Amino acid sequence: MEVATLRVSVWRGGAEGRFQDFDVPRRESQTVLDAVTFIQRHLDPTLSYRFACRVGMCGSCAMTVNGRPRWTCRTHVDKVAADGRLRIGPLENLPIVKDLVADMREFFDKWARARGQFKPTATRDDEFAAVRPDSAPRREADAAIECIGCGVCYSACDVVKWNPDYLGPAALNRAWTLVNDARDGGKRERLHAVAGDAGCHSCHTMMSCTEHCPKQLSPTRSIAGLKRATIGLVLGDDA
Amino acid sequence: MSTRGGARLWVAQRATAAVLAFCVLVHLVTIVYAVRAGLTASQILDRTHGNYAWGAFYAVFVFAAAIHGAIGLRTVASEWLAFRGTVADATMGLVAVAILALGVRAVAAVML
Repeated sequence: MEVATLRVSVWRGGAEGRFQDFDVPRRESQTVLDAVTFIQRHLDPTLSYRFACRVGMCGSCAMTVNGRPRWTCRTHVDKVAADGRLRIGPLENLPIVKDLVADMREFFDKWARARGQFKPTATRDDEFAAVRPDSAPRREADAAIECIGCGVCYSACDVVKWNPDYLGPAALNRAWTLVNDARDGGKRERLHAVAGDAGCHSCHTMMSCTEHCPKQLSPTRSIAGLKRATIGLVLGDDA
Repeated sequence: MSTRGGARLWVAQRATAAVLAFCVLVHLVTIVYAVRAGLTASQILDRTHGNYAWGAFYAVFVFAAAIHGAIGLRTVASEWLAFRGTVADATMGLVAVAILALGVRAVAAVML
């Protein structure tokens, strides 16, 4: 339904706070980020939020919109505010810095804990590694590689909510791309890092991450791959 | 729980799930087939007493259920009761022993 004014409730404060209502002019092709930006520029300059690219590449503008984690720069208002109302909060499962800004430190620290760093096995003097695009590992990595690190999956994950140590869908998805990287030399440490109560074995395959991922990736599939890959650990095979 | 231990629990739960899927199917089909014309407790005991094949089948059933259920409840205890580490593992062990004891007692009662 087209309405001239959008009623936007925005979270103000930190862990303790409240929702504050704003009236934002409705525009054609308006995104949720446009609405937040309007508030900050025209109604209340003290509103804190985070964005950078505005085109769905940087992964910095994710927020909770009408109860669901979303990338706000690519979420059109007319898709989520049928009754002309928006309720916008920071991402869940992360500490709140202020207003709509979530503290992403724990999220990215878990990428490091999941051994999300590429560990090279060659030097600049070696030939380029020949990785066939149609090889099975390359295709597995391709299916998961486009993650922009927005934190939407982490915010949507109930296991993260129940077990704060859980590495989360994004970090495990990243680990899976590296497990499938023929050039990487860190598989042994990585599989140990992603196994156990804080890792892939805690995933209940509820697929909330896959449902909400704005890039249509399937972290659930990546985590299932990691579970299979760790079977070697059971047998004492550390490869 | 070590990382290797976590992987072992996952494999154990998956493997016992496969065993249980088969056992539950046999169990239910047998019940439906056996009682189609009515059946009393004494008639059931007549058939199960001394039947080592059914005894072995239900021993496997009980063993798989004890492992599978205990691992699952360890996760529930971890997520809902915040049991971690040794406490979670000890809870899992106690649950497994309890299910196993109750199950073996039941199997022995109908077979011996």
